Amino acid sequence: MAPKNPKQKSPNSPKQPTRGKKRSTMVASVNEEVEPVNMEVMGHPEIYPLVLTTKTQEIFNCRVDEDVTDDQPYKLIKKEDIFEDFKNRGAISDFHPVKKVIQEYPGDEILLVYDKDFKYGLNFYVIGTEEGKENYLNPPEVLEDQEEYKEYSSEEVYIYKAPVSKPWISLGSEKEIEEESVNEATKQTTYMISRKRRKFGAPIKFSDHNASSIKDAYIECTAYPDKNFTLQQVEKDVGMQVIPQIKDRGTQTRWTYPKNATTQYYPREFSEEEKEAVGQSKPFADFFDNVSVGQNSVEIALQQNEIMNTFIDDWKCLAEEEGTFVDKTDTQLKEYQSFTDLHSPMEKMITCVAWHPTIYGLIAVSVAVRLSFEDRVLNSGKLLLQPSLILLWSFSDPIHPQLMLEGPDDIFCFQFCPSDPNIIAGGCINGQIVMWDITAHADRIENIKSGGGRSKKPILKPMFLLEPDSNKEATYIRHCAVSSIENGHRKVITDIHWLADTFEINRMGAVFENRNGICCQLVTCSADCTVCFWDIRPQKALLPQTAEKKKEEVIEIPFDVPSTFLHLDLSWKPLAKVRLSKGETSVDHCPTKISLNESHISQTPVGLNTLHTFSSILAQDRAGKMEEINPYQNLEGGMAGHLKPIDEFCTKFFVGTEEGEVIYTDWKLERDPETGRLMSKKPVSMHTVHDGAVHTIQRSPFYNDIILTIGGWNVAIWKENVMTGPLLQSCCAPKRYTSGHWSLTRPAVFYVGREDGYIDIWDLLEKTHEPSLSQNICITMITGIKPWPSSSKQQLLAIADHFGTLHILEIPWTLSHPSSNEVSSVQYYFQREVKHLEYVAQRKVIRDKEIKQINMEKERKRSKTYQKSKEQIEAGLKLDYEQYLDLEKTTLISLGLLKISERRSFIDML
Amino acid sequence: MAEVEETLKQLQSQKGMQGIILVNTEGIPLKSTTDDPTTTQYANLMHNFILKAQSTMREIDPQNDITFLRIRSKKNEIMVAPDKDYFLIVIQNPTE
Repeated sequence: MAPKNPKQKSPNSPKQPTRGKKRSTMVASVNEEVEPVNMEVMGHPEIYPLVLTTKTQEIFNCRVDEDVTDDQPYKLIKKEDIFEDFKNRGAISDFHPVKKVIQEYPGDEILLVYDKDFKYGLNFYVIGTEEGKENYLNPPEVLEDQEEYKEYSSEEVYIYKAPVSKPWISLGSEKEIEEESVNEATKQTTYMISRKRRKFGAPIKFSDHNASSIKDAYIECTAYPDKNFTLQQVEKDVGMQVIPQIKDRGTQTRWTYPKNATTQYYPREFSEEEKEAVGQSKPFADFFDNVSVGQNSVEIALQQNEIMNTFIDDWKCLAEEEGTFVDKTDTQLKEYQSFTDLHSPMEKMITCVAWHPTIYGLIAVSVAVRLSFEDRVLNSGKLLLQPSLILLWSFSDPIHPQLMLEGPDDIFCFQFCPSDPNIIAGGCINGQIVMWDITAHADRIENIKSGGGRSKKPILKPMFLLEPDSNKEATYIRHCAVSSIENGHRKVITDIHWLADTFEINRMGAVFENRNGICCQLVTCSADCTVCFWDIRPQKALLPQTAEKKKEEVIEIPFDVPSTFLHLDLSWKPLAKVRLSKGETSVDHCPTKISLNESHISQTPVGLNTLHTFSSILAQDRAGKMEEINPYQNLEGGMAGHLKPIDEFCTKFFVGTEEGEVIYTDWKLERDPETGRLMSKKPVSMHTVHDGAVHTIQRSPFYNDIILTIGGWNVAIWKENVMTGPLLQSCCAPKRYTSGHWSLTRPAVFYVGREDGYIDIWDLLEKTHEPSLSQNICITMITGIKPWPSSSKQQLLAIADHFGTLHILEIPWTLSHPSSNEVSSVQYYFQREVKHLEYVAQRKVIRDKEIKQINMEKERKRSKTYQKSKEQIEAGLKLDYEQYLDLEKTTLISLGLLKISERRSFIDML
Repeated sequence: MAEVEETLKQLQSQKGMQGIILVNTEGIPLKSTTDDPTTTQYANLMHNFILKAQSTMREIDPQNDITFLRIRSKKNEIMVAPDKDYFLIVIQNPTE
């Protein structure tokens, strides 16, 4: 069948000329539901084989060999005829299997082809598509040509002709054949060998035989060297290589290897008896005598060493410590940095300065509004809106403070807790004590130097654009506790100190040992003439509190404030109050500063080390649960009953007052025998040396009993147990002194700030009547001075002024480094001064006596002159004359100008 | 014997004294004010030193001999008084 459909890809390629065949198929009666089977398997999807019975053939006029023949094997049948057949015969119609195809058939006439050879399995088949029909009826032109050609060629009849034999033409091949063929050269000979029959099959007997023993038993053809065939190699190709001669040799030796070996030995010693024996012997005694006494004795040698050390290098001892690369001629303080708070709208002044005890470069200032009392009252409404701050500045950022601690009102003094630098206690202008806990922000301020949080891009933008960019915004930290308003101070708190961590006091003022190891008590003094002691631990309630009271006291705190001191907030009462009274009639003393006898000094480098270890321990434990370890979180108060009292503790302290007095008093309270109340003792001593309020009372960092007091226009130095007066009292300065501080490294140096912005540096070893150096720092009054030994090479001095600026200056080498024996020199100076005072006191007594005597003499003389007459005057004159003569005599004799004998003879002559 | 003890006490009372050791010529300690290990150590080490010093002096000049030996170190001074049969080793700390 020629390819009718281009989509046919039949592997069988039944494109053979079978189209000339006609078949008659028998239509099989199948069920209606069966799908018509097409010949898609064979590659002709349009062919549907059918079986047509003879009856059907008659109906449709496709009888085999009558209508459908070999010449015309197909028949076009009208669709309507088939449908009529369906109607008539229904299911038994032969076209029933392809009913669907016929129904779907687009055209009118369907091609029915007789399949004579049963090519598609049945005797007829139907072509289901118009295209197929067309292809069948009208095969494509091209192929038709080919078919025609093929038909043409195949029509030629082949006539058989018998082959005619020709003579063979030789082309030379028989020679090759002859060469290759194998022929017998000679005639073959045949032999016939016979033997008698009986010799066959006889038993065989083998025996050994030596072939050479019997002659001619064997024939051999011995080989011999034939000279014709010997070849002599005349030339030979040989390769040469020169190598050193190597000989392999082996020996066997004995291997020495290191071995550990030990020896144990003991010293030779004499036994006791032998020692005795030797000791008794005479040579020993002689030796000993020689050695101990005599010229070469040991004793002399020892004494020589005592007398003088011959190996001292005097030049070395003369020089001061070397290795300093600092210019030693520089004596001025150098400006290092300065800090001002630019954001506050009102003018502020700095009231107190304190360096952070552990972190380098961090300094805290408390600022207060710079208004007089009247102005404060007038502007009180506006002032309420102002936050009262303690600013923490860092050297790395002079514009923005690192932290801002907010308090209820202006803070006039504050202190870092010596045992935990994250706790700060401050005194307010309204008499409240404020506590801050900055533990939560501690890592922020610790990492300031590394510049955490700030980008390290090169800053090319101008400064005013940078400010909104900076990530560091100072955070306001609210206070976590304030003292009770009713029970605390009534007026401004002028000074606040932490008590040392070695002792604590109870309500009576008695001193006990402190088991906590941390500072847990404060002392404050205020303008309401009291000195109060406070305890930061929660006190056990003495009375059972009712539930209502508890409700009142529960106060909401903002969630970001640590609850370290929640137990104290607004209900904190002082532990003990000491009233400084002058007596019943006059006004009490108004203390401005106090100085306690503390056994630990917080600001020397030794103290720094302990603080460093403490802070490092805290930092290490911060990874864990901090609440368990930080002692300030778990304070237990009121343990005084279990603690051991310290007996020889000095409970006296110095107080400086507004009037310029320096009072030495005791804080222990005693029971008044009359009223039964607790009364404070009378002061031990009181001196008025200053003309204005005493603003500095400070113990020397080197000597615990030397106190510096500054007030008004002069300076005084006191020794603790010397009651007669100050060791040194300077004369009045031209300008008022407003603040002062000892130097922390040189025992003879202290700094005093003046009201005109000058700082006077006093050096007691140089001059004691006036300051040794005076330098201008700022234009206004200096309100605070605090030095800080930040490193061994650098010492910084913080100076706060009245306009709110904090200046940091660097102390030159000469002022910060003591000479080698400065401590002892200064101590010796103070001892001399004490002796001087004692001498003065003694002299005073003597002088008093003398004055008395002189007065008595005057009295006597006065009484004598009343009873004088003329004769008495003459007699008096004569007496005088005689007295004069006597005096002359004695004088001349003592001078040696007149001999005694001469004088006598003269009188005798008379 | 008592005199010896007395003299030793007297020497011991000098300022800066750290110890006194009496040894014989073989280096065996006879009497000492320091503890045993120190005594043994000093006796052994000083013995070699003393003999070396003696032989040195005699080699330089056969008629010379050492009369006193003093070793001054940073921390202390060791003094040796030699004799025919015995040595007296004294350790002192002469710093002020």
